[in-house]
Amino acid sequence: IMSLFGEVPQATPVAVFKLSNDFKEDPNPMKVNLGVGAYRTDEGQPWVLPVVKKVEKLIVADNRLNHEYLPILGLPEFRSSASKIALGEDSPAIQESRVGAVQCLGGTGALKMGAEFLRRWYNGNDNMKTPVYVSAPTWENHNSVFANAGFKDVRPYKYWDAEKRGLDLDGFLGDLETAPKHSIFVLHACAHNPTGTDPTHVEWMQVAEVMKRRKLFVFFDSAYQGFASGCLDKDAWAVRNFVTQGFEMFCAQSFSKNFGLYNERVGNLTIVARDADNVRRVLSQMEKIVRVTWSNPPSQGARLVAITLNRAELFAEWKDNVKTMADRVLLMRASLQAKLQALGTPGTWDHITQQIGMFSFTGLNPKQVEYMIKERSIYLMASGRINMCGLTTKNIDYVAKSIHETVVNVQ
Amino acid sequence: LANVIADFIMPCEAGWLFSVIYCLYLLLDVSISLPDCFSSWWSEVQMGPPDPILGVSEAYKRDTNPKKINLGVGAYRDDQGKPYVLSCVRKAEAQIAAKKLDKEYLAIGGLGDFTKACAKLALGDDNEVIKSGRNITVQTISGTGSLRIGANFLSRFHTEARDVYLPKPSWGNHTPIFRDAGMQLKAYTYYDPKTCGFDFQGALNDISKIPEKSVIMLHACAHNPTGVDPRPEQWKEIADLVKKRNLLVFFDMAYQGFASGDIDRDAWAVRYFIEQGHNIVLSQSFAKNMGLYGERVGGFTVVCKDAEEAKRVESQLKILIRPIYSNPPMNGARIAATILNTPDLYKEWLGEVHGMANRIITMRELLVANLKKEGSTRNWKHVIDQIGMFCFTGLKPEQVERLTKEFSVYMTKDGRISMAGVTSGNVGYLAQGIHAVTK
Repeated sequence: IMSLFGEVPQATPVAVFKLSNDFKEDPNPMKVNLGVGAYRTDEGQPWVLPVVKKVEKLIVADNRLNHEYLPILGLPEFRSSASKIALGEDSPAIQESRVGAVQCLGGTGALKMGAEFLRRWYNGNDNMKTPVYVSAPTWENHNSVFANAGFKDVRPYKYWDAEKRGLDLDGFLGDLETAPKHSIFVLHACAHNPTGTDPTHVEWMQVAEVMKRRKLFVFFDSAYQGFASGCLDKDAWAVRNFVTQGFEMFCAQSFSKNFGLYNERVGNLTIVARDADNVRRVLSQMEKIVRVTWSNPPSQGARLVAITLNRAELFAEWKDNVKTMADRVLLMRASLQAKLQALGTPGTWDHITQQIGMFSFTGLNPKQVEYMIKERSIYLMASGRINMCGLTTKNIDYVAKSIHETVVNVQ
Repeated sequence: LANVIADFIMPCEAGWLFSVIYCLYLLLDVSISLPDCFSSWWSEVQMGPPDPILGVSEAYKRDTNPKKINLGVGAYRDDQGKPYVLSCVRKAEAQIAAKKLDKEYLAIGGLGDFTKACAKLALGDDNEVIKSGRNITVQTISGTGSLRIGANFLSRFHTEARDVYLPKPSWGNHTPIFRDAGMQLKAYTYYDPKTCGFDFQGALNDISKIPEKSVIMLHACAHNPTGVDPRPEQWKEIADLVKKRNLLVFFDMAYQGFASGDIDRDAWAVRYFIEQGHNIVLSQSFAKNMGLYGERVGGFTVVCKDAEEAKRVESQLKILIRPIYSNPPMNGARIAATILNTPDLYKEWLGEVHGMANRIITMRELLVANLKKEGSTRNWKHVIDQIGMFCFTGLKPEQVERLTKEFSVYMTKDGRISMAGVTSGNVGYLAQGIHAVTK
């Protein structure tokens, strides 16, 4: 009998997961996984934050807790405390009651909800023609999230300057100036993925000036707050500055990395609007979108984060855990850069310590990346992106020597 | 423009003159670029209508009557009216906590231990489909997430037909889910308000006219909202007719175990259709039968022609899932997998599901007995004949309104009550109220 699905083509696998798969199957004992973006300890192991373990025990022991449905928009204590993390305890927007939030499934879910809302209600109704700008390069899923939400025109904005291995500010500002009015711009709040290159404060203010003047929509993606510098407030500078500038905006937050809660899918879409009434109406429409996508969000992770953020000692312990992770990354950056310099590896390697967060855009080209994978069993993305967390004191010499060998032998 | 002018007649720094000039500007320049002090991006966003079902719970919460009863949302309650965390769930949680697992991302398709067990639960351990590897089962965000992924998949790949036929009535959220995914909704006769039962002939009549290749949604057991299920002989005829019409069957199974108390009995229709050669798609939820509501545990299965096709379909499901939420939440799936894969926990779970279903059945019987005691002469047989969490009482909207206003009994306007909200403590009062508005 003919199958209804006879014509369904095999889809190409999602690159980052395929990379992890290939790594798993590699028998080479020296293999190193510098692919997927998850934190690793110096033993190369996943790390469940000590504060998370503590709070989990509290939850298991508390017989008053159950598994009932959360409200459609999520756990209220989670939503408000998560927004406070992004905007700051004393945010004027919060004090003026013009901040709302939707608990979502990870950062992806928050981007998805924001995208679905914008497609329906921004720049006219169901306007799929509004251009959505994502950085060149960006997290590859940004494209799919907005395209799947119905946007027909997802375009790159200049961001990474491959030659100087830094921010292409002129290109970025240029694209802001020429973008059609009301275009949506997805901005990385800190620790840009994949380049690790963030604008300076002055540069951010230049971006804000153009966006305000040209009525462009601000959509922050904040997946690494705390992870970039080790300090939550420092990492939220851009988001908070834009709020002070008076923007109405979205900020998609992920607690996957800074809480190490990857598989519990803990995210929050923070909405800053003109006033409480606008927030109210926006949230009512968000509910409609949530209801046809997942009805209501998962409770475990949100509960955990809410308890942690709302208790002083736990909050302090969390900030400490975050700093531990950020500090290890900084150490690996310094170490790798020093080793490459000592080896006399051709090229400049300052970008390794100048870049920030989990990722580094090494500058290795696809041929060199292939060499690293095939000849050295060091797994990284075709873009040359490495996850600094994959480096340990035990493997860093091997990685440094391998980069050196690759750069020297493969052009 | 009149509205805009009205909006501007508000105190503002810029004052009257500016408003007038600005309105002229608007007449000339259609692009909506109002200065900050006047506008929001969201001025045109309307207030969304409240969700009818959740609205019931909200109203219930606000009511101060000590005798109030919430028969709205479909979450199980014990005989004290309290949420019930299954004992096997607590045990599974303790086991999991002791294992000190990491929190690494799950695969896009979810936890393997869960998806395998999920498929076995629905199809039966020895099902030929599972043995030959021709099913693909992915973990989803409970039943809603499963239906949504299914709708998206059909919308993208089932291009010969855009129509999804729902039973009349169906779960309220089915329609917006499929519509949002780009499908068109149609209906087939199902509920007979005259008998408060199944309109079998009506259903067959309508189904016989459904265009080939259309999607037909079937509730596997414990139909929501009516509680009316076809009998096995009726399912057989439906299966036959659906095959003749060459329809794509989408089963929604949110209550396996919850309907009769027996998980195999409740999955009978699903398994029969597969046996008869229907390559179905199936949504499963563990919200009710494991009480894992807020953990969002579900599965979506596509029964394919063969294992090779299953691989292709799997790859496409992943492409659909990734831009929505990347990968599913671990906690609930881990609990469900532990229960399904640990023999004594599994046995305990079967007992607890049986217990929940039994309490519901007992409440149905008690309600009818109490109605008779109140002196009601109406035929309430359907309350006992219907199955699962919900009961379509047959009450009309005006009667429902009275029941709510005068007795603080909260339920949806269509006359649906959640039997889970009935307890031995409140069933007498409930019977009083229902009799009062129906006599």
